[in-house]
Amino acid sequence: MDIFSISPQVLLGQLLLGLINGSLYAVLSLGLAIIFGLLNIVNFTHGAQYMLGAVLAWAGLNYLGMNYWLALIFAPLMVGAIGIIIERTMLRRLANVDHLYGLLLTFGLALIIEGLLVRMLGVTGQPYAGPPELKGGMNLGFMFLPYYRAWVVVASLAACLGAWLLIERTKIGAYLRASTENPNLLKAFGINVPLLVTLAYGFGAALAGFAGVLAAPLFQVSPLMGSNLIIVVFAVVVIGGMGSILGSIVTGLSMGLIEGLTKVVYPEASSTVVFVVMAIVLLVRPAGLFGKAA
Amino acid sequence: MQSIHKASRSFGRMFTSALALSGMLAAGAMGLMAPAAQAAGISDGKVKVGVLTDMSGTYSDLAGPGAIEAAKMAIEDFGGKVAGAPIELVTSDHQNKPDIAANTAREWADAGGVDVFAELVTTSVALAVDEVGKQKNKITLVSGAASSAITNASCTPTAIHYTYNTRALAAGTGSAVVKEGGDTWFFLTANYAFGESLERDVSKVVNEAGGKVLGAVKHPFPASDFSSFILQAQGSGAKVIGLANAGADTINAIKAANEFGVVQGGQKIAGLLVFLTDVHSLGLQVAQGLQLTTGFYWDRDEETRAWSKKFFARTGKMPTMVQAGVYSSLTHYFKAIEATGTDDTMTVRQKMEEMPINDFFAKNGKIRPDGLMVHDMLLAEVKKPEESKAPWDYYKILRVIPGDEAYGPLSESTCPLLKK
Amino acid sequence: MTKIQARNRLYLLLVAIVIGLLAPLVVYPVFLMKILCFALFACAFNLLLGFTGLLSFGHAAFFGGAAYVTGHALSVWGLPFELGILAGTLAATVMGAIVGKLAIRRQGIYFAMVTLALAQLIYFLCLQAPFTGGENGQQGIPRGFALGILDLSNNTTLYYVVLVIFSLGFGLVYRVINSPFGQVLKAVRENEPRAISLGYDTDRVKLTAFIVSSALAGLAGATKAVVFQLASLTDVHWHMSGEVVLMTLLGGVGTLIGPVVGAGVVVTLQNTLSSGPLNAYVPVVLGGIFVVCVLAFRRGIVGEIKALIKQSF
Repeated sequence: MDIFSISPQVLLGQLLLGLINGSLYAVLSLGLAIIFGLLNIVNFTHGAQYMLGAVLAWAGLNYLGMNYWLALIFAPLMVGAIGIIIERTMLRRLANVDHLYGLLLTFGLALIIEGLLVRMLGVTGQPYAGPPELKGGMNLGFMFLPYYRAWVVVASLAACLGAWLLIERTKIGAYLRASTENPNLLKAFGINVPLLVTLAYGFGAALAGFAGVLAAPLFQVSPLMGSNLIIVVFAVVVIGGMGSILGSIVTGLSMGLIEGLTKVVYPEASSTVVFVVMAIVLLVRPAGLFGKAA
Repeated sequence: MQSIHKASRSFGRMFTSALALSGMLAAGAMGLMAPAAQAAGISDGKVKVGVLTDMSGTYSDLAGPGAIEAAKMAIEDFGGKVAGAPIELVTSDHQNKPDIAANTAREWADAGGVDVFAELVTTSVALAVDEVGKQKNKITLVSGAASSAITNASCTPTAIHYTYNTRALAAGTGSAVVKEGGDTWFFLTANYAFGESLERDVSKVVNEAGGKVLGAVKHPFPASDFSSFILQAQGSGAKVIGLANAGADTINAIKAANEFGVVQGGQKIAGLLVFLTDVHSLGLQVAQGLQLTTGFYWDRDEETRAWSKKFFARTGKMPTMVQAGVYSSLTHYFKAIEATGTDDTMTVRQKMEEMPINDFFAKNGKIRPDGLMVHDMLLAEVKKPEESKAPWDYYKILRVIPGDEAYGPLSESTCPLLKK
Repeated sequence: MTKIQARNRLYLLLVAIVIGLLAPLVVYPVFLMKILCFALFACAFNLLLGFTGLLSFGHAAFFGGAAYVTGHALSVWGLPFELGILAGTLAATVMGAIVGKLAIRRQGIYFAMVTLALAQLIYFLCLQAPFTGGENGQQGIPRGFALGILDLSNNTTLYYVVLVIFSLGFGLVYRVINSPFGQVLKAVRENEPRAISLGYDTDRVKLTAFIVSSALAGLAGATKAVVFQLASLTDVHWHMSGEVVLMTLLGGVGTLIGPVVGAGVVVTLQNTLSSGPLNAYVPVVLGGIFVVCVLAFRRGIVGEIKALIKQSF
């Protein structure tokens, strides 16, 4: 199928769907970028944390009767709390060694979390019904848009904007940014940098959990739902420029669009296209699109 | 003098630590192998069953631990002995990787005294183990894998494809749907060998029945978001959207179809390979109305219910056709040994072909020379939530598809062994 | 190197040779061959990570790519065993040259990401290309005869051939590390700007190391394809790249025999676990090893033993 034989309506529909996926990528890569910026750690547990968000939402509904809206608040908090424990007990001890070890540790943690949940829940997973308030959809003329998908875009962009404001416009955000530049100076000013780092990791993890809750009604909630996502999201962060907040948001959205287009033109390659983009970007602009020169 | 002493001491240390290290390694490896090596000598004294399955990956729900439980039940129900010799069971996780499966199978055959391999979910694994079975002259009882290639181009004298294949799924669901007026099709096909084989088999059935295939989209495997592919299928205007994929992909595709109102839009979804566990995890609300072909359903008659309840008591789940197939295929194998009094591979294989299969799983099932077990298949429809009376009460059986219709005549088989 | 150290090494070598020669008498040969293939793969990887300081996250592409080429050469072109292995190794070398050329322009985590991205593209090619057999892989690759006379369908015969291949590969790694070139590699690892200021063309040095490493990874993959008589997507998947990192890390990054030990332990574990009562927990156990390794002994088994020996002086 070549691109010219596709009607503009179909193309528009595909772009819109791409944008929806892109907004999930944006939330995920934002969390990953914050963690990388502060801890210099490539958080391979991110996929598992996304999955945990979805699983907690499902468990909350089935065991505690917690509805979607409460889950949207509590599941990310739980994932963030678990993240804080991981940071305090393990990642902290890797602060002064090669980045590689952080990557390996989080990779191992992801295997453990996913493996245990597979034994508890099975791989086929469980369905999670979305909020009844957002059932149905509207006809846009070129496609049928479920209300829930529209909500995903709104919620994701709101989360991204909130995080961006927090980092760029508040005092704590200023400390965060400063500690990526020069942690020692910040310490000298009497600021508790280790606490900042812990909070940042917890926040990044919570964002992953938030994306997981958003995704729960869209996909089957299963322990392996995040395992292949992580390298895609990671590629997004690399393209955007590691540690760049704005870069990860913009790139997340645009990768969703590019992937959406590929699904029409050459669907087999839709899970590979992100790596093509990444290879090209890294060769042309080593520090990523929005990164500072390495 | 002193320095020499020190040096020799340090040498001694290094030497012993190196030795200890290599010893540790070798011991670790030997500890693993030793019982296997012993068993090789007295292999004739017992019948050893090797179940190779996916314990923690994508197919672990439909096969996995449940398949091992089914094998245990088969051995227990046979009295733990066949022709006076004890039956033993070994199991292993192949992680859906053909190289790991082939490695384990080879080791079991060479050093473990294993006489028969069972389960073998996913086609790449089945093909790899069939190859080992051919070389080592061991019977392979394929239950979980789907591709019809197993008894066609890739057939071996020792492989038996027991539970279902893509041809039967196509004949069942494909022709039934066309008969009901679903004569234009669009496929969502997983971009790997199994998906393509399923799409090919169904397209053939659809074309022969006078239908038309309008197009297909090959999605990466695995994919989580199917909205884009569903939209393309909607845009094609086909009456039927055929899902030539399996497991999590099928589930997510059905979910997306539900979300985008495919059925309300007048299109029909045909899940070409759907297992009971898939329906269980989708829930009836989403899965209702789905038509599918299966080799076994637990709630079909007294016999199936009796067996399945025993299975349920042990696992907490109702059996899939793959798990029931493992039990039935092993029982049939034991019966052949009992009848011939030997575990010689070709004698048993011959006997298995001669004896019809009549149990809770299959009525008048027959193993053909190309290794395909031909038995009746069931065309089922997933019940509406209000029709379901009990947990796991999921299917309405619409039609029994006679084995010959489902699997096609032997003359259709392209198995090279038949030419001899 | 002192005389005594040299003598120690000689004894160690002798012990290793004796173990290598006698092992198939007690241990199942195919299992041993699997360890040897992965040990060679890990050694190749370690040449890059441990001795040059470059983390490649795409080595599976060379390992698996070579397996496919060898499989195709043996089963379709009908080449003899030696040429088949050579074809696979050559293919990996060429891929290594291309990937290396592109990747060495970047450093640190970016280097790892470029190799990952390019390896994913190679994975995609392997999935799409008709000759690889897609998901089913290439099955039933013939083992053939070594030197035209040795029947490799015999496991023990093949084991000794694989042992020779492994020894050649391992010997090459040893030679590279202990050559002047190896010293330059270490200089690049420790302080690249300094190596540049000393007049070394560090890009060329890194590229050479990358190519040697990918060629050896290819040799390992090609051999594995013959041993198991199949080549599949497992070998090119990024999980395989992760597995080789685990082996090297567990054995000891930057030690000569660490990767061999690591490969032995991981392969043994995988085999034992998958048939034991914990068979549904393989990923959990592997993950646990990663975590413990990173937190408690980053130097790996061999590195920790070495440190212990040093301390006890």
